[in-house]
Amino acid sequence: MSSEIKQILTTDGIPLEVSLRKAERRNKIKAFLLVAPLLLFIIITYVFPIGDMLMRSVDDKMVTEMLPKTFKAMEKWDGKELPDEEVFAAFHSDFIKLVDEKREGKLSTQLNYTKNGFKSIIKKLRRKSKSFEEGNYKEQIMAVHKRWANVEYWQAIKRRAPAYTGQKYLKGIDMFKNENGEIVSVPEDRRIHRVLWLRTLEIAFFVTVFCFLMAYPIAHLLATLPMKYSNLLMICVLLPFWTSLLVRTASWMILLQQQGLVNDFFVGIGLVADDNRPEMMFNKTGSYVAMTQILLPFMVLPLYSVMKTISPSLMRAGKSLGGTPFVAFWKVYFPLTIPGIGAGCLLVFILAIGYYITPALVGGASGTLISNQIAFHMKSTLDWSFASAMGLMLLTGVLAIYWVYNKLVGIDNIKLG
Amino acid sequence: MALPKYTEPHYRIWHYVYLTICAAVFFFLIAPLFVIFPLSFNAEEFLVFSDGMKRLDPDAFSLRWYKDMIYGTKNPWGLATKNSFIIAIFATIGSVILGTVAALGLSSRHMPYKGLIMAVLISPMIVPLIISGVAIFFFMAKAGLAATHLGIILAHIILGTPFVVITVTATLSGFDHSVTRAAASLGSNPVNTFMKITLPLILPGVISGGLFAFVTSFDEVVVVLFLAGLENTTIPIQMWTGLREQLSPTILAVATCLIILSTLILVTAELLRRRSERLRGINR
Repeated sequence: MSSEIKQILTTDGIPLEVSLRKAERRNKIKAFLLVAPLLLFIIITYVFPIGDMLMRSVDDKMVTEMLPKTFKAMEKWDGKELPDEEVFAAFHSDFIKLVDEKREGKLSTQLNYTKNGFKSIIKKLRRKSKSFEEGNYKEQIMAVHKRWANVEYWQAIKRRAPAYTGQKYLKGIDMFKNENGEIVSVPEDRRIHRVLWLRTLEIAFFVTVFCFLMAYPIAHLLATLPMKYSNLLMICVLLPFWTSLLVRTASWMILLQQQGLVNDFFVGIGLVADDNRPEMMFNKTGSYVAMTQILLPFMVLPLYSVMKTISPSLMRAGKSLGGTPFVAFWKVYFPLTIPGIGAGCLLVFILAIGYYITPALVGGASGTLISNQIAFHMKSTLDWSFASAMGLMLLTGVLAIYWVYNKLVGIDNIKLG
Repeated sequence: MALPKYTEPHYRIWHYVYLTICAAVFFFLIAPLFVIFPLSFNAEEFLVFSDGMKRLDPDAFSLRWYKDMIYGTKNPWGLATKNSFIIAIFATIGSVILGTVAALGLSSRHMPYKGLIMAVLISPMIVPLIISGVAIFFFMAKAGLAATHLGIILAHIILGTPFVVITVTATLSGFDHSVTRAAASLGSNPVNTFMKITLPLILPGVISGGLFAFVTSFDEVVVVLFLAGLENTTIPIQMWTGLREQLSPTILAVATCLIILSTLILVTAELLRRRSERLRGINR
């Protein structure tokens, strides 16, 4: 049958199907060209740099850059017996240069990560190396300390040689590769990062819970009040939302300080004694209170926009069918708000997990999060590859949360503003 | 929210408990902002309410911190304000142009790989700021743009475009495409159609996206902390340093000005939202 139907042609004599496909392709290209500038911009300035972070995080240049000649000489060394004079001479010349630049302390810190005991022997070597004579460096270096004659320490240096390593990631969860190549945890008293990860999760989780508990009633009120009242109350949500983060943090610093209004109030109602005012800032409490208030609008807005669409007649129907208001709420209203709850919790949790400014100002030592550690390594220790590794671990976590959320609720169910 | 007359007593009680909870939450949200106002007029150097202030003694109040903010010796606020506005304005212009054009493409039903591209474009909004900060810093350092205005402006364009893309695509979702076809059939070229027909209709979305981009840039501190040198200091950086070192009342004076600014932005955004809803025929 179909072969008998004559092909429909356009006025130019081209089959309609071909002409349509052409037009479709042209439209596709047109749409893509509109998106292209921004897409290129974001890819070059943002997506590639994140890839660059990945490169940096596994590319351990710290030690290789400090001891270039040593690693070159070590290429020939099999790593079983003590290395020969060539390696010692190369190490000596690298080391003298480091001492001139006053960077030998960094080297000892870095090598100490790989094997304990480097700190003291490097200090000793620095003192003795000034009086070294030319030639036969192997003997002279070995004479400085018996550990320099121990092959394990040279193996430890060689272990730092490979250009690509996952050791920064291991360090991020307080583990390291020991002499035998096994992956083990660092001693209990030095496990700072695990504590930080757990604290970050804990604070993000509880801030999300607090935000949800506080946002649900007011979102409900805003959605059910008549327009003229709800618009006014909406300002209470939107004004903090539009106000500078630093301004809001500053106001919490004033309120929570020991002579602050919150403490004054507690003293006033006799909850605490005047001379025994509790420390509410520079600890976890500070982080909790300030972050909850700052992130609350991000929970209220999605909840509100979902609740606004729920018809009040549904609750009335539930009640008229014999449910008590609580049953009607729980069986009818609450399930309908789940997309809003999902969106709000996701938003608040992800914002909280990457929070930096507020914890740094009101969190003190016990209220800081993983982001603060990343910033610390970016700005103070300049260990950028470690900062990159931790950043990527955090990013993986955030993306995993998105993925789980997408599986459970579906990302399309998100409603914002 | 008046209760019907037949409401049973325990539900009546519950209703008042619920209203009290709501009032407490609203208080928690808004009250902290109002601590700043009176303290910024404090005549003394301490950040607590002095006895004079509690008695409302006029001598306990003064404008000295506002004077310090404007005329203070070696004060950084003038330069910071100038930088903040320059950076925010250019970042907004950049975000609005790039974002609006991209949103036009994304709203076309012919757009291939829409989901994937959208995910890439809004990723700067989703990725934690500290990670964006590190990544952008690496790029700017390589490109030689660290500690320059241009570098910070580009960084803020990255952070601001997702808001423009989202608000403009949302506005375009209710857009009747037959009007552009009508314009085309009447002989208008695409650029003319965009300027005369499309843009005026989506303008509320564009402006509110622009407001988001402006506020993002104006309030941004994490990325700027990595990028800025002494010459590029901004208001948030000065606030940050001030809050870390010594919390002076001058900061509160600045904070008060910022609250006033955010109130203005809020009012503009609200008016625009209502106008946009009216134009799109959403009546409530």
